[in-house]
Amino acid sequence: MALHKTQYTGLAGWFDARMPTMMVEYRKHLSEYYAPKNLNFWYIFGSLSIVVLVIQIVTGIFLTMHYKPDARYAFESVEYIMRDVPGGWFIRYLHSTGASAFFVVVYLHMFRGLLYGSYRKPRELVWIFGCLIFLMLMAEAFFGYLLPWGQMSFWGAQVIVNLFAAVPLIGPDLAVFIRGDFVVSDATLNRFFALHVIAIPLVLLVLVVLHLLALHDVGSNNPDGIEIKDKVDAQGQPLDGIPFHPYYTVHDIYGLGVFLMIFFAVLFFAPEMGGYFLEWNNFIPADPLATPAHIAPVWYFTPYYSILRAVTTEFMWVLGAGVIAYGVLLYFALRAPRARYLGLGLALALALVMLPASPLALEPKFWGVAAMGASVVIFFGLPWFDQSPVRSMRYRPKWHFWLLIAFVVVFLVLGYFGTQLPSPANTIASQTGTMLYFAFFLLMPWWSRMGTPRPVPDRVTFEPH
Amino acid sequence: MANESTAPEPDNADRRAAIAVTAALGGAGVVAAAVPFVVSLTPSESARAAGAPVQIDVGAVAPGEMRTFEWRGKPVWVLRRTPEMIAAVKQATAGVADPDSVRTAFPTPAYARNPLRSIKPEFFVAVGICTHLGCSPVGPLAAGANPVLGEHAGFFCPCHGSAFDLAGRVFRGMPAPDNLEVPPHKYLSDTVVLVGDDSKA
Repeated sequence: MALHKTQYTGLAGWFDARMPTMMVEYRKHLSEYYAPKNLNFWYIFGSLSIVVLVIQIVTGIFLTMHYKPDARYAFESVEYIMRDVPGGWFIRYLHSTGASAFFVVVYLHMFRGLLYGSYRKPRELVWIFGCLIFLMLMAEAFFGYLLPWGQMSFWGAQVIVNLFAAVPLIGPDLAVFIRGDFVVSDATLNRFFALHVIAIPLVLLVLVVLHLLALHDVGSNNPDGIEIKDKVDAQGQPLDGIPFHPYYTVHDIYGLGVFLMIFFAVLFFAPEMGGYFLEWNNFIPADPLATPAHIAPVWYFTPYYSILRAVTTEFMWVLGAGVIAYGVLLYFALRAPRARYLGLGLALALALVMLPASPLALEPKFWGVAAMGASVVIFFGLPWFDQSPVRSMRYRPKWHFWLLIAFVVVFLVLGYFGTQLPSPANTIASQTGTMLYFAFFLLMPWWSRMGTPRPVPDRVTFEPH
Repeated sequence: MANESTAPEPDNADRRAAIAVTAALGGAGVVAAAVPFVVSLTPSESARAAGAPVQIDVGAVAPGEMRTFEWRGKPVWVLRRTPEMIAAVKQATAGVADPDSVRTAFPTPAYARNPLRSIKPEFFVAVGICTHLGCSPVGPLAAGANPVLGEHAGFFCPCHGSAFDLAGRVFRGMPAPDNLEVPPHKYLSDTVVLVGDDSKA
């Protein structure tokens, strides 16, 4: 008999004898998953991300019951949902507020990682899956934004797809391939609909599962950055750990309650958020013949948009010089001869295609796209950029923390300038911000090793409350 | 500082009360949240508007003629019965399954629960959909025109062979179980019928 032995009786026993996995996994991931007991406010954003993902999926399903993915009917179908479908306005606002909430929650979730060194060994994979989720989230938001077929939808898509046209040699053909047409049209709308509704959500779900499994395999980090599994009791459970269920399930419900209060306050009283969550231009049907005076991407893309716009011909001199300087730095910092020559060589090769004086130089338009892409992808490298002996900011030299805060400020300032019209002041500010942004990561192997860290405690710091 | 290796039991009344209250309020919240989603599946304003009552000029139908109008996407028949047709209805009574229209699957309105199934004997107003599986029967056919109808006049559904008399009553032994549906309707004047609304106001 292939039935498993079970400790349970009745219906539960019948089930457990045939699928012990359920209870095994329940114990492994909930009732016997020992999480550090000193987790603080910054640790709510992971479970909030899951909640917002569920909100987006459920509201998305109900929206697709009424939305028409056809360039002739799309805009009208959204108005139909808002006005004619009973409760339609509520479902639509849930989805639009949810999209912005998703990015707020995910950015704060990532910040926690920077604060406490959650990306460091042995959690590099957790971080990598997380960065992949972030990339997929940006794609999902971008594809979804075309669907209402407003002016902002259309022109935002037009601009971003044209970025791909900047790729050397294959660019223009690539852009036509992505669009399915020579301009953003019904063909583009239909395929973006398919990607937004099915393809990317499936990928996101798989990545989220992998993200959580990778985390549970190594155990959660905590604000003190110490490994709770180093001190275990007689049963082998961490002394400073508490079972996720019921302690964090209940605690997270409380955090969810606070989040929902803020979320619904926005939904009911300011769903457009002054034009940042639902942009004014998107209340106008798409017009391929007239671009709105002020195009800006949605707020969560603005820092990257700033970086894209900052790259001008003049700035290419600065970037090229910076790349050469970095190559020289690597040459003197690395030990192995192969590595130092590879580093310097790559830097010089890059400079050759970057510096405007060079005959092989690629257009600043391309480098703007490359810089924007690099600014997102550079997050993947954090586990290797960070060379500090200490994991959490709590025990680093205080100025490391202020450097992190400075990075956040730069990110916010870049975001602000991304919403504004281009101007000389805007350009200088964005260029400075771009340099500081990349310097934070690229110089981290050196600055993270500087200064005297404070002694890391043996056990987590926790006040019973 | 020992750890409990199993989750603590709700072994006191306070804990149990807190869990119960939270569960109850949480459940209420879930129900409240579900309402807009469930409601969004009901007909929208435009569907409701499209389903509004329809005025039909029955005076334009010639005696013995049947015209089809549309209400809520369904065919509504207006058959102007001749005296011969009215007599044919009386003759068919013995062979129909539900002569007094008492069945409730397609409830017959009170004003049509009579042998001729209409407000005015001359005008027969019905939904032209077979009560078997939804095809639209052909007719009105004269006596002897169809083998299933035999010597009766009436309507014949080509899909599975159900037969109805000139008052829409289904004959016995047919695949269709019910008489043709009579929609709510009222006369606004001698020649104008409002289909979809039979309120006294």
